[in-house]
Amino acid sequence: MAFIFTEDQEQFRDSVSRFLKDKSSTVDVRRLMATAQGFDSMVWQQLSQQLGMTGVHMPEELGGAGFGPVEMAIVCEEMGKSLYCGPYFASAVCAANALRIAGDELQQETLLPEIISGEKIACLAVTEDRGIWTDEVFSTAATFSSTATRTDNGHLLNGRKRFVVDACNADTLIVVANDDQDFGFFVVDAAAQGVSITALDSMDPTRKLADVEFTDSPAQRLNNSKPEQLRLLVDIASTALANEMVGGAQTLLDSALSYTQLRFQFGRSIASFQAIKHRLADLLLELELAKSAAYQAAQTLADNALWSTNDQTADIDKVTEHASLAKAAASEVYLHAALECIQMHGGIGFTWENDTHLWFKRAKSSEVFLGSPAEHRERMLTALCAQSTDLRNSA
Amino acid sequence: MQSQQPQSTQEITQHVHQWLSENWDAEADLVQWRTLLAESGWGAAHWPEDYFGRGLSVEVSAAIEDVFADFGAVGTAQTGVRMLAAATLLEHGNHEQKRQYLRRILTGEDHWCQLFSEPGSGSDLAGATTRADLDGDEYIINGQKVWNTSAHHAHYGLLIARTDWDEAKHKGLSYFILDMHQPGVEVRQLSQMNGHASFNEVFFTDARIPRENLISTAGNGWQVAMTTLAHERRSFDRSRENKRVKQKGRIFVELKKELDISNEPYTWYPQRAGRVDLVMQRAEETGAINDPVQRQEIARLHILSESAKWTAQRAKAAQKAGKPQGPEGSLGKLAASEIARLAARVHTNISANDALLTGPTSVHDGVVAEILVSVPAVSIAGGTDEIQRNIVAERVLGLPKEPRFDEGPFRNVQRNSAAKDTSK
Ligand SMILES: Cc1cc2nc3c(=O)[nH]c(=O)nc-3n(C[C@H](O)[C@H](O)[C@H](O)COP(=O)(O)OP(=O)(O)OC[C@H]3O[C@@H](n4cnc5c(N)ncnc54)[C@H](O)[C@@H]3O)c2cc1C
Repeated sequence: MAFIFTEDQEQFRDSVSRFLKDKSSTVDVRRLMATAQGFDSMVWQQLSQQLGMTGVHMPEELGGAGFGPVEMAIVCEEMGKSLYCGPYFASAVCAANALRIAGDELQQETLLPEIISGEKIACLAVTEDRGIWTDEVFSTAATFSSTATRTDNGHLLNGRKRFVVDACNADTLIVVANDDQDFGFFVVDAAAQGVSITALDSMDPTRKLADVEFTDSPAQRLNNSKPEQLRLLVDIASTALANEMVGGAQTLLDSALSYTQLRFQFGRSIASFQAIKHRLADLLLELELAKSAAYQAAQTLADNALWSTNDQTADIDKVTEHASLAKAAASEVYLHAALECIQMHGGIGFTWENDTHLWFKRAKSSEVFLGSPAEHRERMLTALCAQSTDLRNSA
Repeated sequence: MQSQQPQSTQEITQHVHQWLSENWDAEADLVQWRTLLAESGWGAAHWPEDYFGRGLSVEVSAAIEDVFADFGAVGTAQTGVRMLAAATLLEHGNHEQKRQYLRRILTGEDHWCQLFSEPGSGSDLAGATTRADLDGDEYIINGQKVWNTSAHHAHYGLLIARTDWDEAKHKGLSYFILDMHQPGVEVRQLSQMNGHASFNEVFFTDARIPRENLISTAGNGWQVAMTTLAHERRSFDRSRENKRVKQKGRIFVELKKELDISNEPYTWYPQRAGRVDLVMQRAEETGAINDPVQRQEIARLHILSESAKWTAQRAKAAQKAGKPQGPEGSLGKLAASEIARLAARVHTNISANDALLTGPTSVHDGVVAEILVSVPAVSIAGGTDEIQRNIVAERVLGLPKEPRFDEGPFRNVQRNSAAKDTSK
C-alpha cells in the first residue's frame, strides 16, 4: 500500500462495497441477527464464488486470488461498514490462515479449497474458561487444558472451548490443544463423534458465539504446528478486526454527521453548536489515526511474508507491534464513536428502532474479542521493547 | 541560465555534486557563498527560475539539499519566519519585491517576523485594528502587535493593518513589508512562562512604509495572510534541528553566528512538541518501563505518535499521487497538540520528582521540566486547537459555519473595550 491504495485495490474496494450495500442493509442485518444461523447462505455463496472475497488473500493454486493481507483488510473494513453478518472473520480470516500457517502441503490441498470457495465453513477455537487470547502470545508454555491424545490413526480430543465465533455454522473446527509435547493445531469435523456445540446468547447478536465440547473426538494434527504460530494468528486476526472496526466507526461518524445536520433545536441545526461540532472534529481525528494504524498493520503483515513461508528476514516483533497497536486504537475509536453517536441522537439514539445500537454492540464485542485495548497496549509495548533489545544487541 | 532538457533526478544531483566540487570553499565568506548559491539557482531549486530557483519540484529540491548535506557544504538560510515571507512573496509579491527581498532571505542577511496578532485580535485575526493611512507615497502606521516571535532580531515584518474602516472586516485589511529598523517601531521582549523570551510586543507610532511595500492590492490583505498561515500550519511539525556546526573553516564560524541568532527563539520548540523521542530512554533510566500502569500510558503515547506519523504519510502520498487532499492533512496540528499534552503527562509520571528540577544538576539538564512548561504553547501558537476544530468541522466535515456577529462596516463591529480605539 505504501500509504496509498493502488487503483486495483480501490476498484476491488468499490466492488466489495457495492455488493455489501446491496446485500447487507440494516434491514438485512436486523433480519439475520434474529436467526440462529445469523447469515444468509445465498449471499455467502455469492461473495465467496462470484466476488472471491473468501479467497482474496489465499494462493491461486488452492483457488484463491493470490493477493495478501491488504486486500483481506479491505474486505474486513467494508464488512465493518455495513455490519455484514456472516462467517468471514471465523472462516476466511482465522481458520484459513491457521491452515495456511500450520498445515502441511497435503493438508492445505485437502482442506483449503472448499473453505476458499465458501462451500465449507471453518472456525478457530482457542479460548477456554478465561477467554484470554493475548497472554498466550509470548509464552509457548502450554496454558490450555484441552488435550489431544495420540492414537494409532490420529488424535483424540478432549476439553471445552469457549466463545468460539461462528462455531454453530462451522463444518470444520481448528482447535488449539495440548499434545504430548506442547500445544498445536488440530482439525476436527464438526459432525464428528463427541463434538457438542452450544450456541451462546450474546449481547451482540450480529456475531454468533458458541461453546464447544470435545469428548474423545477424532482429530487430525496440523503437521507444521508450532506454538509460536498462535502469536502470528492473533496478529493476523487483530489486524483484520482492527480494519473491520475502523469501517464500523466510519459508519457511526457518518450517521452522527448526517443526523446532527438534520436535527434543529433552538432555531439552528445541532451541528452548528461547538459542543457537537468540535467533538465531531475530534472523532474524525481519532478515526483517521486509527485507520492509518489499521492500514499500516496490514501492510506490515504483507511486508513480512509471514503469511506463507518461514521467511528469515520477517520481523515478527514489528508485526505484533503494529497489529496490537491497530487493535488497541481501533477498539477505542469504535466504542467512542458509538457512544458519541448515541449521545448526539438524543432519546432516539437509545431506542431499538434506531440502528446505532447495532454498531454499538459490535463495537463492544470487538473491543473485548481478541483482548481488550489495555491488553493489546501491553502486548504492543512488549513487542516494541523486544525490537529495541534486538537493536542494542546487534549494535 | 541556458534552457535545459528535462533531466532525471540522478542527473541533476550529479550535476550539483560536480558544481559543488568546482565552487565550494569552506574558507569563503558566508554571505558571498550564499549569494553565489542564490544566483546559481541551486540554493532553492524549487523556486522559479526568475527568482533564484530552477523551477524544479519540491522532491528534486530536497534531493539537492541531501547532496549539499552529504558534501558538507552550507546551503541557503531556509529557516524560520523568513521562509513564510518567501512563500508569501513568491505567491503575491510583484517582480520588484521578489527581486529585492528573496535573495537576502536566501543569504540569511535578513531576519523576518510575523506581525499579525494584536492585543484585541488573536484567533480573530481579521479584527486587526492597527491602522495604515496613506499619506502621499507613504503609509503611516499606528497601533500595536503582540506575540511576535523573533521580532527582536527582525529586519522586516510581515504586517497586516487596516486601510479601510468602512469596508467589512475582512475587506479593509492590507498586507505590508515593514522595515523594523525605524524610529516609529518599538519592540519589547515578553517573558514566557517557560522563562524564554521568544516573542515580543511591537508598537507603531507614525511608522512609515513606502507605498511600493504594499503586497498585492489595498484591501486584499486577508487573502495574502491566508497564504502565510497555510504555510505556517503546514510547517508546524518541521523540527528545527539545531545543526551542530562542527566542520572547520571560516564559513562555519560565520554560519554558527548566524544560526545562534536565527535559532535563539526556537531552542525550546522541540520541548514544546513533547520530546516523544526521549520517552523510552527516560522510562528505562527510571525503571518506569517495568511498571504496568506507566506502560499503559507510554503505550498510548506510542500509538498516538505512530498513527499521527502514518496519517501524515498517507496525506503526503495522496498529494503526490495527485489525489484531492483528504482530511488527513488538516488534522496534523490537532494531533500534534494531543501528542504534546500526552507526552508531558507521560514525562511527568516517568520522572516524578525529578521532572520538577531545572538547571545543571537536574536530569538531562532540565529538559524534562522545560517540556512541562513549554507544551501549553502548542495548542495556542499558529491558531488554537479550538480554531483548528472549527476549521476541520467546517471545511472537512462540511458542518455549519459559526454564527456571525461581525458583519457590516468594521467601524460598527463590537470590539474589545480594553483595546485602544484606533478607529478614529
Ligand atoms: C509561542 C507563541 C508564538 C507566537 N508567535 C506569533 C507570531 O510570530 N506572530 C503573531 O502574529 N502571533 C503569534 N502568536 C499568537 C497566536 O497566533 C495567538 O496567540 C493565537 O492565535 C490566539 O490568539 P489570542 O492569544 O488572542 O487568544 P484568543 O483569540 O483571545 O483566544 C482565547 C481563547 O478563546 C478561544 N476562542 C477564540 N475564538 C474562538 C472561537 N471562534 N471558537 C471557540 N473558541 C474560541 C481560543 O481557542 C482560546 O482558547 C504566538 C503565540 C504563541 C503562544
